[in-house]
Amino acid sequence: MNIDLYERIWMWGVGVVLALFFTSTAVAALGHQIHPPSHVETIPPGQALSDPRFRRQGVSLDQRGRVHARVVGLMFTWLPPEMTLPADTPVTFHLTSIDVIHGFQIVRTNGQSMVVPGYVSQFTTRFAAGEYLIACNEYCGVGHHTMAAKLHVVPASQWKSPAREVADVR
Amino acid sequence: MSADAVKPRISVETPSRVLPREEPANPLIRANIWVAVLAFGVAAAMAMMQAISRANLELPYRSASMYYMSVTAHGVLMALVFTTFFIMALGYAVAQKENGSIPWPRFSWAMFWLALAGVVMAIGTVFAFKSSVLYTFYPPLQAHPLFYIGLTLLVVGSWGWAASMIVAWRRARAANPGRPVSLAMHATAANAMLWLLATMGVAAEMLFLLIPWSLGLVKTVDPMLARTLFWFFGHPLVYFWILPAYAIWYTVLPREAGGKLFSEPLGRMVFTLFLVLSTPVGLHHQFQDPGIPAGWKLFHTFNTMIISFPSLVTAFTIVASLEVAGRLRGGTGLFGWIRTLPWGNPLVSSVLLGCLLFLVGGFGGAINAAYALNSVVHNTAWIAAHFHLTVGSAAALTFMGAAYWLVPKVSGRELELKLLAKVQPYLWFIGMALFSFTGHIAGLQGLPRRVFATSFGDAAQAHAWQTLTSISALGGVILFTSAGFFVLVMLGTLLAGERRAQPPIIWAESLGEPPGGYRTGLWDRLGLWFVVAVVLVAIAYAIPLWDLLHLTRYGSPGFKPF
Ligand code: HEM
Ligand SMILES: [Cu+2]
Ligand SMILES: [Cu+2]
Repeated sequence: MNIDLYERIWMWGVGVVLALFFTSTAVAALGHQIHPPSHVETIPPGQALSDPRFRRQGVSLDQRGRVHARVVGLMFTWLPPEMTLPADTPVTFHLTSIDVIHGFQIVRTNGQSMVVPGYVSQFTTRFAAGEYLIACNEYCGVGHHTMAAKLHVVPASQWKSPAREVADVR
Repeated sequence: MSADAVKPRISVETPSRVLPREEPANPLIRANIWVAVLAFGVAAAMAMMQAISRANLELPYRSASMYYMSVTAHGVLMALVFTTFFIMALGYAVAQKENGSIPWPRFSWAMFWLALAGVVMAIGTVFAFKSSVLYTFYPPLQAHPLFYIGLTLLVVGSWGWAASMIVAWRRARAANPGRPVSLAMHATAANAMLWLLATMGVAAEMLFLLIPWSLGLVKTVDPMLARTLFWFFGHPLVYFWILPAYAIWYTVLPREAGGKLFSEPLGRMVFTLFLVLSTPVGLHHQFQDPGIPAGWKLFHTFNTMIISFPSLVTAFTIVASLEVAGRLRGGTGLFGWIRTLPWGNPLVSSVLLGCLLFLVGGFGGAINAAYALNSVVHNTAWIAAHFHLTVGSAAALTFMGAAYWLVPKVSGRELELKLLAKVQPYLWFIGMALFSFTGHIAGLQGLPRRVFATSFGDAAQAHAWQTLTSISALGGVILFTSAGFFVLVMLGTLLAGERRAQPPIIWAESLGEPPGGYRTGLWDRLGLWFVVAVVLVAIAYAIPLWDLLHLTRYGSPGFKPF
């Protein structure tokens, strides 16, 4: 194929840019272990509220003192509708839905995950102190735009920590 | 660039008064265009009200259930109906130009009616408020069975079109052994094959999951399996929209702009690469989904990067072809050729403005597809703003421009209301700039997409969005005006345009064509590349699907919260 010189230069340039994209993504993903929420775990959706993993929604500490937040999505609210978390502390969110698909989005952060009935989503993140809005970002029916929760993040020193769980529920 | 080597030839094609015999496929092409134009008009009217609703402004009949019904209708009519029917019209026109006729005309008519019946069924249930599941129809939201059945018929009808395109391509090859078919035919055939491969995902989702479930034959459906099959289809769908637009950019634009196509052989490579690479990337729509391990998402991310290559090659070719045209029209200096392009020709201005918007859309797309950055924008207003630049402008605006060029040729009528046709692309550009720019920013500030109102119970965090969604609503009104102009020009032309013999379709000439013409090469062997595409899809999907199927899965019953 006879290709114009400028066009060949362009194509090599494109190749170099793509190589940069490849490397930066590979370094972030494989080197720094930065991944989108990709947890694989299933749960019977109809019984999620009585399942040990989600029977008590909200904030808890596991036996090693790590902070967990368990949230259940249902038309058209998040359970619990309000949570308080410590600032600058890793928090692991566990999410599921008992009806349709919802989208758990902590507005103005990169903390978000799809919440799919039958599956448990999970991601770990940390916050600066402040007031956050948790919205639903996947259409879930006629009340979708009202589905919201509040998240208060307070300095770790002022945070009233819940009792540690007796047994770890994943 | 050796533009000076070409003799200036600026086509002056005037319609003549002698009416030739109507080409055989023209009525079918017009029928497809009618459906596309009507779907577009209805969808645009609904869209304006959506844009206004998102600014928290009151409208007559405004309600949440009205909004979600409307977004469903808008998404289906724009993304699935307007696009598909226009693409089919264009394909038939290409095939007829190539071979003098289309293969199996009666079969094609039957398929047209089948697809149309499917659309009427599906959209009927939407307007009856029975299927407000949006155009992505994620279960366990459950629509009326006729919604799924209707859309399936639309897909089956489009398979008839795809088969006809592939046969036309084979006939053209057989007629001239050793010679490549026209680039337009090559692009159309590649797109038809891509479509057959892509729709396997949605066909499986419909036939094995959603239709039996909505009819009550099975009780539950696994939402993750359905989503994965949907996005198997959903990403190549965007190439199904954009390839015909690229085909116009390569094969019509250079001539209309008064120049030649810069590098035709690379154009063939581009369309073939899209056929090969479009499908094994769908997981980039599911970055935030549970149930799919990160490794496979990463693999699809890398594939996604590769598929930007043919688009970036296209960017060079199109700009180079435009430069050739601008210089032939007397443009000088580094950028002087831009000014001399025929900005008053509605096909040219539609494409140029569509390309400008697409440039921004392309940058945004790179962010959406970025493995780590997706978490910032996923399912926010950013996404809707993004795809209104790609399918909503690069594709849709090109189709509108192409309609101004094509409809006179297939109807034997002169374009009516030419002034509106001239203004329309510019209005679209302004409206879309307002609509999309504000949407991107609001998305970065966390505004979710697909919401009826954006106040979230007057939450403090939501106040920042009000100004942005108001400007976006203004953009929506301008866009609607532009859409109205387009529909008026089409109706005027199709119903009342002056009957005159129209110049035939002539594809752009290729710059640097060797004296004896081109010979077929590796990129022309679409059958072979189709096999490669199937293998890549199997590599990218077999294991994730296998793993998903082997989880202990709990299905979901249907919900109809609308
Ligand atoms: C008259 C011009 C248009 C306006 C004012 C407009 C406006 C809108 C608005 C306000 C939404 C709802 C966004 C949301 O709630 O998240 C939307 C959604 C959408 N639009 Fe448009 N749009 C226009 C043209 C188009 C075109 C030409 C296409 C494609 C060919 C298109 C495809 C879509 C799709 C696929 C959706 C997504 C629906 C969903 O989220 O389920 N639109 N549009
Ligand atoms: Cu929702
Ligand atoms: Cu995609």
